[in-house]
Amino acid sequence: MATTTASQLTRSRVRDAWLYLLPMLIVLAAVAGYPLLMTIYYGFTDATLSTAFNWDFDWVGLDNYIEYVDFGDGTGEYYGLLFDPTWINAVWNTIKFTVISVSLETVLGMAVALTLHAHFRGRGLLRTAILIPWAIPTIVSAKMWAWMLHDQFGIINDILMGLGVISSPIAWTASPDTALAAVIIVDVWKTTPFMALLILAGLQMLPGDIYEAAKVDGVHPVKVFFRVTLPLVRPALMVAVIFRALDSLRIFDLIYVLTPNNAQTRSMSVFAQENLFQFDKFYYGSAASTFLFLVIAMLVISFIKFGRLRLGD
Amino acid sequence: MVQAKSLCAALLVGVSPLALAGAATAAEVSIVSGAVGNDLQILREMLDIWQERTGHTANIVSMPPSTTDQFGQYRLWLAAGNADIDVYRVDVIWAPQLADHFLDLTEAAADVIPNHFPSIIESQTVDGKLVALPFFTDAPALYYRTDLLEKHGFEVPKTWAELTETAQAIMDAERAEGDSDIYGFVFQGAPYEGLTCNALEWVKSHGGGQIVEPDGEISVNSPNAVAALEMAASWIGTIAPEGVLSYKEEDARGVWQTGNAVFMRNWPYAYSLGNGDDSAVKGLFDVAPLPMGEGGEGSAATLGGWNLAVSKYSQNPEVAIDLALFLASEEVQKYQALNASRLPTIMSLYDDPEIAEAQPIIPQWKDIFLQAVPRPSAPTKTSYNEVSQEFWTAVHNTLSGNGSAADNLANLERNLRRLRGAGW
Repeated sequence: MATTTASQLTRSRVRDAWLYLLPMLIVLAAVAGYPLLMTIYYGFTDATLSTAFNWDFDWVGLDNYIEYVDFGDGTGEYYGLLFDPTWINAVWNTIKFTVISVSLETVLGMAVALTLHAHFRGRGLLRTAILIPWAIPTIVSAKMWAWMLHDQFGIINDILMGLGVISSPIAWTASPDTALAAVIIVDVWKTTPFMALLILAGLQMLPGDIYEAAKVDGVHPVKVFFRVTLPLVRPALMVAVIFRALDSLRIFDLIYVLTPNNAQTRSMSVFAQENLFQFDKFYYGSAASTFLFLVIAMLVISFIKFGRLRLGD
Repeated sequence: MVQAKSLCAALLVGVSPLALAGAATAAEVSIVSGAVGNDLQILREMLDIWQERTGHTANIVSMPPSTTDQFGQYRLWLAAGNADIDVYRVDVIWAPQLADHFLDLTEAAADVIPNHFPSIIESQTVDGKLVALPFFTDAPALYYRTDLLEKHGFEVPKTWAELTETAQAIMDAERAEGDSDIYGFVFQGAPYEGLTCNALEWVKSHGGGQIVEPDGEISVNSPNAVAALEMAASWIGTIAPEGVLSYKEEDARGVWQTGNAVFMRNWPYAYSLGNGDDSAVKGLFDVAPLPMGEGGEGSAATLGGWNLAVSKYSQNPEVAIDLALFLASEEVQKYQALNASRLPTIMSLYDDPEIAEAQPIIPQWKDIFLQAVPRPSAPTKTSYNEVSQEFWTAVHNTLSGNGSAADNLANLERNLRRLRGAGW
């Protein structure tokens, strides 16, 4: 008797829950699900920007990914994303950018978080202040950095020359040796606070008694960090790293403003944007976006698997 | 008191369009335009005149200066049938790619078409449809410092080799005298459409063709083109700052106008700005045609210029056409020539004494733009943007020391063949 009421109650609660969730699910399907499916679909067609919206295009199968084109004179060549050197270069650029910038952000973010975790006067103020780079819209901060890094009018070169570190101004965003480095510097500046905040939240969840025990036993602070803090904060750290990796794999705005059209910094998203809107190859840009989605999905899955991360815990 | 006044003013402004709507059906139209220098300020002044005359309202939607950035946004808006923008300021190379989205202006402009240079009208005509009205035309100049050339006893260079030599000599001498910020030559070297214009001039003046010839043949991989790019690559870090690889028009003008360059390649708009009161080079410079290549066909200038197109998604097409006609009119072109040294597209203005007096560059430039080299937007059709990107990437790689000119051009030829496939 009692169990039936309970299950009836549970059922009606579940039903209510779905009812409440429904508007959000519909909105999600409309603004996230539908565009994603359409992008994947366009990647298998020959749609251009002018034909995409009135359904005046044809299905071409896998041609956008791999296609052998016979030139009719006995020669031919493989076309498609998988054989496009520009695309492959963009994939490498993105991966290089992600690995370097996320690593730097993790180390620096950890250092900042440990500092902010300590008790000292004005901690609240400092925590707020350190978030400022994260709060500035990327377009604004990228433009600001573009001026600061400018070879003639930029303050960075001025300071470095004043200090005698360099003898002539460096063209940060123009030279192929420094273009990617410039993008990474700005990205690290911008997103370290975000990383620090996530790690700080993790640090504050740690139980204080373990540290007291370590203190009583006289364990060296460095050992405490590697043996106690790091293992305990790892789940929070991994979530932060995944967040940042996802974000930097789809990097677009910073590169678009700081080093537009530069082969050394062209990311997967920049490649997709160029094809979608500059070259009128909507189909090719869609295929690239789909590929980007796949790359991100694969990396996240392997990350979770090899990082032995149980997000449910 | 002050508050009450401004409130009254706000009410008046808010009410007046409505009041007019009853009488003359005043409309509100928007024009979108990229800008370098004081373009937007001049445009606003001209729109104010039009507003006063017609009672309509015209708003400016401003865009970044890079033509590459503008194009992506416009294509997106037009594909989406955006009705918010009525008039577009469009680059001379865009007509074939965007023609479908604009109204045919042949009839509306029938009276004024004969006043413009036929070649410009032709460049904006796609399959018999006049896509855009000419606003101003463009052909670059070699800006040089008269004071420095005189001081060090040099003539205005006629060839690129002379330019290289002169720039190096003056730069070295000035630096020896303590001016450590001076450079010999600045141009547009950032990877974008502007680099395509610059490099086309180097290649063409060396007799290396124009990337893709009018018949569709890919001509860019030639010994002359290799020589041209090798010459340009030798400038980086010597007479040109390394940062030139990220310069667009305004960056080059910034270096030039603060007095830190002996030579500059730029469009005529920099002429009036260089003679402005806040310019360090006011009265100290002049312009000449771009230099010739060794054994080439003489000086080559890339044809630029901007035009006015009316969106077919406009809700007030008649008002928008009226605005485009006004902005392309002799009156506005003269105003623009006088205040911004923009080259008119109306033939008679080149004989106008007032313009010749205020902006001597303009009558001087008539022959140069008439012989200017078009970018290969006609033969490559809808692939032009990609061709241009492939070209500027090859050039940018060469300039930044990423591969030799010969390798990069051979690679470019392969990529262009790939792009062309069976035909453009």
